[in-house]
Amino acid sequence: MAHDTTAHQHESHTGRIWKVFGILSLVTIVEVFFGIWKPEFMDARFLTMKLLNWFFIILTLYKAYLITWAFMHMEGETKGLRRSVVWTGIFLICYLIFILLTEGDYIYEVFKGGYKSWDF
Amino acid sequence: METAVTKTGTEGKIWGGGNKPLSSSYGKLMMWFFILSDALTFSGFIAAYGFSRFKFIDSWPIADQVFNHFPFLHGVDAPMYYVAFMTFVLIFSSVTMVLAVDAGHQLKKQKVAVYMFLTIIGGIIFVGSQVWEWKNFIKGEYGAVETKGGQILQFLDKDGHRVALADFAASIPGSRVQHESKNGIWFSSEGDLPSYSIEEIKKGFAEHKDLLVRTQVLTEDGQKTVLSREASLAKLNKDGKLVVEGANLIHNEYGTRLFANFFFFITGFHGFHVFTGIIINVIIFFNVILGTYERRKSYEMVEKVGLYWHFVDLVWVFVFTFFYLV
Repeated sequence: MAHDTTAHQHESHTGRIWKVFGILSLVTIVEVFFGIWKPEFMDARFLTMKLLNWFFIILTLYKAYLITWAFMHMEGETKGLRRSVVWTGIFLICYLIFILLTEGDYIYEVFKGGYKSWDF
Repeated sequence: METAVTKTGTEGKIWGGGNKPLSSSYGKLMMWFFILSDALTFSGFIAAYGFSRFKFIDSWPIADQVFNHFPFLHGVDAPMYYVAFMTFVLIFSSVTMVLAVDAGHQLKKQKVAVYMFLTIIGGIIFVGSQVWEWKNFIKGEYGAVETKGGQILQFLDKDGHRVALADFAASIPGSRVQHESKNGIWFSSEGDLPSYSIEEIKKGFAEHKDLLVRTQVLTEDGQKTVLSREASLAKLNKDGKLVVEGANLIHNEYGTRLFANFFFFITGFHGFHVFTGIIINVIIFFNVILGTYERRKSYEMVEKVGLYWHFVDLVWVFVFTFFYLV
């Protein structure tokens, strides 16, 4: 591992840092551009969500990946550390999101079904 | 690189505590523990936001209509630009942070100090921007009417532009005055009254024949429903109950109450993280200046605070997506 060597032997990673910064900026610009443009062909739905929203979420995950790997230097850690952090997080978060969104959608159906009056 | 603690005499002795689990120092491992648990806290908030949003999927406020301010461009509809600017500031402060860590690996004290300083400045600009964003959100711009059922009615002219309450409210003299504690039986007073009473709004709305009401309900193509003139009058007179100006935890003029609550809690919690991050960065900055790490021959503390700072940036990436884009 990099941090096991003595400090003087570290080479500089500035090139890679600026490259990642460039990608992150570019992705953010694309997001803002699409957020303002809102193209009609992306109104189509996939799994009840607009393609545009899927597009944003995928770009966000890509940015999160870049920040964790390059900036937080996850790529230099051991496989064990990487997996215990990333997979634990991903598993628990996916589970939480699945449960809460399913429940939220159910309540929406209850409201919509007219079992409870809300628009008055 | 060694940890910040003094040597224990067990280096190299595997069963004496000399080996590092996962080849990572104690401090960094603990920082990862903390980051993972904090990430789960934030996910809890954001998933709860998603829950409420799915619950009101066809009446959730449209972010572009809420966050459309830009400094010095008063009254200009500028959605997204300011928050994009904030995102850039935070990403850039992340870059200077990682450059500081990189310089630390090469034991270049001067460079570490400069990059740490830039990181702190970036953090301060970000928090300042967030305060400005909150100020606009709390103050509100146009005002709205809340119905008995807690729905928000906003007012538009015939071209579809928002109209502020002040532009059409009638003036009915002698209406309600603020209750003060000196008039109370015991020491009681009330919060600020809205600038106009609901009767003044109803009367003014009836007098201005070109005004329409916009409800919270989203149409098929994702826009807010605008009622016809007759339906607007009927809705306002039958259901209108309360004048709302700006936002707080109980009422907000933008739509569903939960929207403001989650905005305050999530961006507030994130802003608090940025704030603590700045304070920790300042402490580390002074340690760098004083040469603490120079003497220690290890800049690992910079690396650890860097992990925290990047995590704050990481969370913002998600907040940005779910509050402003999706």
